[in-house]
Amino acid sequence: MTKLLDAPERPTRTGGRGRGGPTGQAPRAGVVRSIRNLLTSPKYGPVTVTAVLFVAIFIIGGVRYRGFFSGQVLLNLFVDNAYLIVLAVGMTFVILTGGIDLSVGAVVALSGMIAASLLQTGWSPAAVIPLILVLTSVLGLLVGLMIHIFKVQPFIATLAAMFLARGLCYVISQSSISITDATFVQLAVARIPLGGNMSITPSVIIAVVAVAIAVWVLHATRFGRTVYAIGGSEQSGLLMGLPVARTKVLVYVISGFCSGLAGVLFTFYTLSGYPLTAIGTELDAIAAVVIGGTLLTGGYGFVLGSVLGVLVLGVIQTIITFEGTLSSWWTKIFIGALLLVFIILQKVLTARRR
Amino acid sequence: MSALLARLIANRLFWPIVMLLVLFTINLIAFPGFFTVTLRDGHLFGSLVDILRNGAPTLIIAVGMTLVIATRGIDLSVGAVAAIAGAVACSIMLGSPDPGNPATVAVAITVALLISLVLGAWNGFLVAVLGIQPIIATLILMTAGRGVAMLITEGQILTVNSPPFKALGSGFWFGVPIAVIIAAVVFAAAALITRRTALGMFIESVGINPEASRQAGVRARGLLFVVYTFSAFCAAIAGLILTANTAAADANNTGLFIELDAILAVVIGGTSLAGGRYTLAGTLVGALVIQTLVTTVYTVGIPPIATMVFKAAVVTVVCLLQSPTTAEALSGFRRRLSVRAGKGVATS
Repeated sequence: MTKLLDAPERPTRTGGRGRGGPTGQAPRAGVVRSIRNLLTSPKYGPVTVTAVLFVAIFIIGGVRYRGFFSGQVLLNLFVDNAYLIVLAVGMTFVILTGGIDLSVGAVVALSGMIAASLLQTGWSPAAVIPLILVLTSVLGLLVGLMIHIFKVQPFIATLAAMFLARGLCYVISQSSISITDATFVQLAVARIPLGGNMSITPSVIIAVVAVAIAVWVLHATRFGRTVYAIGGSEQSGLLMGLPVARTKVLVYVISGFCSGLAGVLFTFYTLSGYPLTAIGTELDAIAAVVIGGTLLTGGYGFVLGSVLGVLVLGVIQTIITFEGTLSSWWTKIFIGALLLVFIILQKVLTARRR
Repeated sequence: MSALLARLIANRLFWPIVMLLVLFTINLIAFPGFFTVTLRDGHLFGSLVDILRNGAPTLIIAVGMTLVIATRGIDLSVGAVAAIAGAVACSIMLGSPDPGNPATVAVAITVALLISLVLGAWNGFLVAVLGIQPIIATLILMTAGRGVAMLITEGQILTVNSPPFKALGSGFWFGVPIAVIIAAVVFAAAALITRRTALGMFIESVGINPEASRQAGVRARGLLFVVYTFSAFCAAIAGLILTANTAAADANNTGLFIELDAILAVVIGGTSLAGGRYTLAGTLVGALVIQTLVTTVYTVGIPPIATMVFKAAVVTVVCLLQSPTTAEALSGFRRRLSVRAGKGVATS
């Protein structure tokens, strides 16, 4: 038992030895120290590691496979994962406040079902898309109110929302509905050339705009500062007179909106609605956010980190595709392993600082 | 009279049982033969038997989940563990020359259960030793576990023809479905061990304050290990029943969403997700409520696919009823009522 009790301190100690101890070589070089400070900071450490990891995996891919080192492979990471980036943006807001949203995968599926069924009955895309965004935002609002007013744990409230959304999918239709609407098809096949045989899809632009807005909101507005403050300590936020209640509810509205938008982008990608799609996507989104360096207890993290997290997941998928002999279920195992590594890393980093 | 009523309402099992009774009543109206249990070919038949049999896997997992939640944890990996257990058992039976041999089946089941112990210990290690939040620690196995199950089945749905194994899911013993007997044994064992020894109190103390209980001499870490291992063990049993039921191991769909059903059963039963207090009897009622709800949806003639919407409604209602805000509002309402009643007496 005593052995077990000692265990959690061990990573800290070995870590300390590894970097030469607090006294030894520390003052020798300013660069070494600043790199060490960067890596052990709970704010920048995990993001930096993720960035290094992403570059490393990309280089490994480039060395191993012909044709991997191309701009289009990199751009395809964005093309294939545009919806996941948008989801991760919403999830980042929620996790920054210390919450979690398990409903996003189901809401993506629901958005697809709504879009497919309404377009089938002849609705105009100009009406369908705003309607989806409003509906999913309202769902987020209800979840947020449930969490704030009735003190239901975020985990359970979003679980209920997940059941609701997934159930509504089946109510709309049990089978796949394909989309033949001209605008949607056009958006699905459209490529925006970037020169040199490279191109992206309109979805990528929407995702990038969403990321840009999220970065601006988090770092340049009072709302953003309140989000970080709640994650740091909700109690302190309240004592400082910050609008904690409003912010906490709004964060779930944002996540709902992002899920709806991601659902629309996902529909552009698949051109159909199917009640069983996107099962487990909430886990991909959470994994991306965590791998991107956002602390699960809230307070630390960046939207751009989450984007990096999505890219890491994407590049693993690409490598598995290039490898050809590896089965697709290896992706899940890799994601699980990566998640583990990054959570332990977060533990070690935050433990050192304390 | 009102004091008795107040005590009844205050009981944590009150609302779950009311819900169960409401569901029973709806069923009875829609289908008058609901409570009829007949003995046919020495087997018990009837809606109630069906509810018990189909609800057995959820109940078994929910028992393990209750103990995990009592330590302020959560185990999201149970569905994946169930899938792995099914995959392991089926691949062993398929690999042997005689899948119908009881010895083969026994080996397959034993290996599957042993592997679940390893998986549970892994969860316990992440939570107790590395100190990772339970929801995230078990998320890892939830994500990777289905991949592992796929690896074991090589992406196929393994269909196995083994009467002794199939009996696990659809067989009868003394007229009672074997799945129900297994569930009863798991439930009774958990209840006896945690309630007739101090173990249950230790589990609750860890849930209330792990650090304080450790300082008071409770082996918090060891307990967490035990609890997560037990949960995975329960998940494996449920996985074997589910697999035996269809006689096929499907890595993608075995136990899909069952972690949510199990958590739901625990929450409906009145165990707080904040940890510290748990009631296994509540979990039993909760599991019955969920399974009865599913049956009700069928008997009333609502398309079965809408079940999830109803489950969502039930979770929401239960959460709102259990919420401190509701309790406050209700007690305020009651106070105002009594004030008004007092005034009425004074003026008359």
